[in-house]
Amino acid sequence: MNAIYILWLRQLKRQIRSKSRVIGSVGQPILFLLALGFGFGPIFAKAGGGSYIDFIAPGIISMGILFNAVFTGMEIIWDRQFGFLKETLVAPVSRTYIMIGRTLGGATIAIAQGVIVFIITLCVGFRPTSFGGFLLSLVFMFLIALLFTSVGTAIASVLEDMQGFGLIVNFFIMPIFFLSGALFPLQGLPEVVAFLAKIDPLTYGVDAIRGVLVGGNFFSLGTDALVLVLVTASFVLIGSYLFGRIEI
Amino acid sequence: MNEPIIKIENVSKVFDGVPVVDDISFSVPEGMIFAFLGPNGAGKTTTIRMLTTLLLPTSGAITINGANAQNDKNGVRKSFGIVFQEPSLDDELTAWENMEFHGVLYSVPKVIRRKRIEELMKFVELWDKRKTLVKFFSGGMKRRLEIARGLIHHPRILFLDEPTVGLDPQTRHHIWEYIGELSKREKMTVFFTTHYIEEAEKSAERIAIIDNGKIVAEGTSAALMHKTKTASLEEAFLSLTGKAIREESADAGGHMKTMHKMRGRR
Repeated sequence: MNAIYILWLRQLKRQIRSKSRVIGSVGQPILFLLALGFGFGPIFAKAGGGSYIDFIAPGIISMGILFNAVFTGMEIIWDRQFGFLKETLVAPVSRTYIMIGRTLGGATIAIAQGVIVFIITLCVGFRPTSFGGFLLSLVFMFLIALLFTSVGTAIASVLEDMQGFGLIVNFFIMPIFFLSGALFPLQGLPEVVAFLAKIDPLTYGVDAIRGVLVGGNFFSLGTDALVLVLVTASFVLIGSYLFGRIEI
Repeated sequence: MNEPIIKIENVSKVFDGVPVVDDISFSVPEGMIFAFLGPNGAGKTTTIRMLTTLLLPTSGAITINGANAQNDKNGVRKSFGIVFQEPSLDDELTAWENMEFHGVLYSVPKVIRRKRIEELMKFVELWDKRKTLVKFFSGGMKRRLEIARGLIHHPRILFLDEPTVGLDPQTRHHIWEYIGELSKREKMTVFFTTHYIEEAEKSAERIAIIDNGKIVAEGTSAALMHKTKTASLEEAFLSLTGKAIREESADAGGHMKTMHKMRGRR
């Protein structure tokens, strides 16, 4: 347990000490919120969709968590390149514990990011229906964070350097975000896009957070929770397996 | 003669069909300072990676302090400390935090851990810098911290993979002083690689030379000089491994793969 705790703590300290990372991770959601929220707001309202800020805020919160979680999971690549990974891999600690400590650290950072973005959305006019909804949304934020930190860990365990990093962001992470229903409603989508949205695990996270904060979820909360728990459990196992196979 | 604390029996490591370490056997008695020398790409780092459980041998057996490196990795890991060839500290943590991190990973109880961290940091003369982020340390300071870190859990063996590479003579001198003192004080076995032959000549009680993945000689410095009829260990080393310049590839087996291809073309 101590090993898990110290690995978790290390992730947090690194995040807090990196000013550029803190600013960068908040900057992107703010940009999306302002550009899309205010840009498309009037059109969304005219089309009868109500407040676009209320619609988009859960998506932007999820975006903050998604990017932070994947990047923190992928920190393994940096640790491998700068030698620190070896230090942990020669310690008499099970690799599963190492992976759990790192993943929980990444997930904690991602949730904190989600909460910061949530506060920012309140400042620009987002109004959740209840405080209880916010507390429940933390559960779904945790699931999203855990899922995508594990995804980042799994990717980083098979990538040996940073060359494939941009490719993964552009062709894997961005589509996951754009297809998740974070920016547009899932109703009435073309068949192909609807299918892609349904196989995108973030869709269920965005839907659940939207549901508990402002209502109007596409799937039932039970479906969202079940899909997220199953996919998260699968990726934690995949991440652990791939992390356990790393050779340096 | 003490019982061997490190025992390597017919160990090979093959990458993509190319033997990078080829059927090597040797042993190191407890408490000895042992040098493992070889030109670039000879198989030194791959051997250390196998000894420290980072790589599994393709064949053969490795026993460290009575534990089998293939079947009882954690048993092996508890026995050694290591200073890697490349820095392995977390630059975003302070010197103290790096030490604390290592102590927790090795399950050193809190009270003992704090006492040892203080003792070791004073020993390597970094106590005053304990609250400084490691990214502000010089290369020599980082090396000293890594040595201190590798000792928190009182290992029976200390592996040093080129511990003084890139350091100025003063820092190298200090580091070898620390290592010599530690070996005497803790009765610790030290297994090191280096390209500075004079360091091996001065510090090592026994030396093994590896080239092209095979052990080409083993013995005391005097025995190697006698065997090769040379006047210094450096001359003995060159006599055993040749004078051709070696190129080291980024990957561990790179040189060996190149050699293999060249042999294939002939």
